[in-house]
Parts: sequence; structure tokens; C-alpha cells
Amino acid sequence: MIELRTISKSFGDQNVLNRVNTTFQQGKVNFVIGRSGSGKSVMTKCTVGLLEPDEGQVIYDGRNFTEMSLKERKEIRKEIGMLFQGSALFDSMNVEENVMFPLKMFSQMSKAEMRERVEHCLHRVELNGSNNKVPSELSGGMQKRVGIARAIAMNPRYLFCDEPNSGLDPQTAIVIDNLIVDITKEYNMTTVVISHDMNSVIEASDTIHFLHQGEVAWAGDNSEIMTASSQTLNDFVYASKLMQRMRP
Amino acid sequence: MFRRLLVQEMGTMGNDSIGIVVLLATFMGAVMCLQTAHQVGGWIPIYTIGFTVRQTMILEFSPTLIPIILAGKVGSNIASQLGTMRVTEQIDALEIMGVNSACHLVLPKIIAGFFCIPVLVVMSMFLGIASGAGIALLTGVSSMADYQYGIQVDFKSYDVIYALTKTTVFALIMTSVSAYHGYFTEGGALDVARSSTKAVVYSAVIIMISNLVLTQILL
Repeated sequence: MIELRTISKSFGDQNVLNRVNTTFQQGKVNFVIGRSGSGKSVMTKCTVGLLEPDEGQVIYDGRNFTEMSLKERKEIRKEIGMLFQGSALFDSMNVEENVMFPLKMFSQMSKAEMRERVEHCLHRVELNGSNNKVPSELSGGMQKRVGIARAIAMNPRYLFCDEPNSGLDPQTAIVIDNLIVDITKEYNMTTVVISHDMNSVIEASDTIHFLHQGEVAWAGDNSEIMTASSQTLNDFVYASKLMQRMRP
Repeated sequence: MFRRLLVQEMGTMGNDSIGIVVLLATFMGAVMCLQTAHQVGGWIPIYTIGFTVRQTMILEFSPTLIPIILAGKVGSNIASQLGTMRVTEQIDALEIMGVNSACHLVLPKIIAGFFCIPVLVVMSMFLGIASGAGIALLTGVSSMADYQYGIQVDFKSYDVIYALTKTTVFALIMTSVSAYHGYFTEGGALDVARSSTKAVVYSAVIIMISNLVLTQILL
């Protein structure tokens, strides 16, 4: 479980996050949704420590991440996997080396054990046999799957996915969504997904956190979002004609 | 992992730069020889040709111009590589994993530069002097005996120490300035290009200023 307590972040005069309070549940796919510029990415960066919040605390299963030393943070980060919007695979490495990288850096595994773990992760994302391909030889969907394989290589307790479906066709997007859901249940992880793809939200989310103007304007379960009374949330959810047709 | 990265960087900086260094040093040594030959005559002895080529290559051309030219090749490579890694979130990915990205990415480049660039500079010194001898023989502006005497006369080994000290400092400047501009790139492809340009310009300017300061201190 990850708790955000009164997280604020400003850039100059621009207040991006304004005392955000929310909780991401373990074993669930927690979606963070909101319009572009609502602060989703900044919130995630504050959560994983890529940005320092101006105030507030980030608590990972009772451990106060914000007040930790760099060394302690490093230990927590070994428990975090992250799938980036552009996959962020290392260009100079092939698929196998990308997935093996965190194992080489932090595990005490032998080479054979690392290979076995890489094979397991690649099998899990249905990419067997792609070990020697370099990122530029992969499609967008395959790159995302390698990104997921790398993210789960160290058996993380927390998984962050930044717009996992951006740039993917609807069928591949569903494959990635299902993969994230399955992996979350399988490893009992706390998964946080940033998205503004309503299709993914409906398909894959357990809980939803709607960010608006730097605040969590609405939070609830998947089943509640279609009938929520919040006007700003409804404006966001029913922005497309497809969603308007689905409106109960 | 670190050793592998270091070897990789040494390959990029060292092996991949041999061609340009050979080309530059060979032609500069030959041109220096012909230009000096054009000036000598009358009361200036012929062996001055060899002497001037040696002094120019050891004191200034190899230790200063080669790092400046390498700043264009290696420096822009470092800045654009790190800049691209930054804008494609590869550096963020390292940080999330708990890897010290600066240490992991920048340190091997600085160490590789520290070792490879002085080797390239020494190679360029030899090549420049040798190509000067070659062109002197080919064009007949100096006999081999005069040239040989010229490159040996009044030789001070301290000049080589001075040259290598400068080179080492310039290598550190070039790699660290380029790495700084690449590592702190923000934005997209245009910003990567801007960082790459800045890396080359700043490296060249800082190398020139340091050249003056070091020369004043060391000579």
C-alpha cells in the first residue's frame, strides 16, 4: 500500500499539486486519471522520488519514503518497477540485457539464475525468443512488454505504469492492460497506472483517482465511476461520443 | 558492469577516434614542414624545419588542437547520447531502479577520456613529426640529416610533460563539460541538439582559456 499525505508541488508560481491525499491499495490496479496538465506525472514522480515534494509525505507500507536517507531510498527503489510512457529501454542493450540489467546491478544471482529469471519474465510477457533483438527492432507493443518484463525482473512490490497504452492500437492496448492486471494479481503488487484512456480505465482499473487542478477531485471503485455525481469527473469521462453512448 | 562500460567507452573514444587523429596529425605535420621551409633560408638554418615541426606538434598542435577537435567528435557524442537518454526517460529508469545514474553513465566516460586522449595525443605527436620528415624528403626542402638534427636539437623532456599535463586537463574538461550538458538536457530532440552544440562550444572555450592559464603556470 502506498499513501500520499498532503503532497504539494510547485514550479515557480505554478502550483501543480495542492495537498494531495490518497491511498493506492495493494493487490489492486490503481488508476490515476485526469486531463493533461492536471499533475498526474508530477504526482507519480513525487511518489517514486524523481521529484521532491514541497510538502507532505509518501508512505510505502508504513515506511516514510520522504524522510529517508538516500541509502534507505535506494533499498525501497529496488522494490519498485516502472513502465515508462516511451518504454525507456536502453538503446545500447538487447532485450535480454535490458531485462537482466536490474538483476546484474542488484541481485546476487549467478549468470545461469539470471538467464532463467529473464526467460521467465519474457515468457510472462509472451516474448520468448526475442532475447537478441534491440529495442529499435521491436514494435511499440513489444517495447512496452519488454518494459514490463524489466519492471518485474526484481519481483517488485510496487509497479508504476506511466500511460502504458499511449501510441498503441486498441487490441495491443488491451493485451498490455490485461498483462498489468494479471501481473498485479499474480505478484500481489501495489500497481499505479497513469492514464487518460477511458477504455483502459474501464477494462483494467480496480480503484480510480481523478486528479483535477492538482487535487484528487474524486476517488472510487471501477463500478462507481460511471454513476459518479462529480461534474468535472463526468466532463472528463464522457468527453468522447463513445463514452456518451455508454452513459447509464 | 562498470568495467564493461569503461571498455565500451574506451573503444568509442579511443579506437573510433584514431582515424581522425591520424588524418589531422599527418597533414598538419606535413603542412607545418612546408610552411617552415618557406620561411627558412639565408641566416636561418635548414634544421629549423625539423625543430619547428617538433615544437609545434609537441607544444601546441597535439595537446590543444587534438582535444578541441575531439570535443567536436567525442564531446558531441557524449552530450547527445546522455541527452537522448534523458529525454527518452532512460536516465529516470536508472534512477527508479536505484542506480546512481551520474556515476553509472558519466564516470566511465571521464575515466576513458583520461586514459585514451593522452594516448591519441602522443600518437599524433609522432605522426606529425614523421609526416613532416616524409614531406621534407619528398619535396626536397630538407635533407633527412638536417630534419633529424632539427627534431633532436635543444629537446627538453619537460615539454612533453607540459603537453601531457595540458592534455589530461583538457580531456577532463571535454568529457565532464559534455557530460554535464547532456545529462541536464530538458525537453526533446531540439534540446538534445542544443546540448550537443553547447557541449562543443563550452568545451572549446574552456579549453582555450585553460590553455592560457596552464601555459602561464607551467612554462
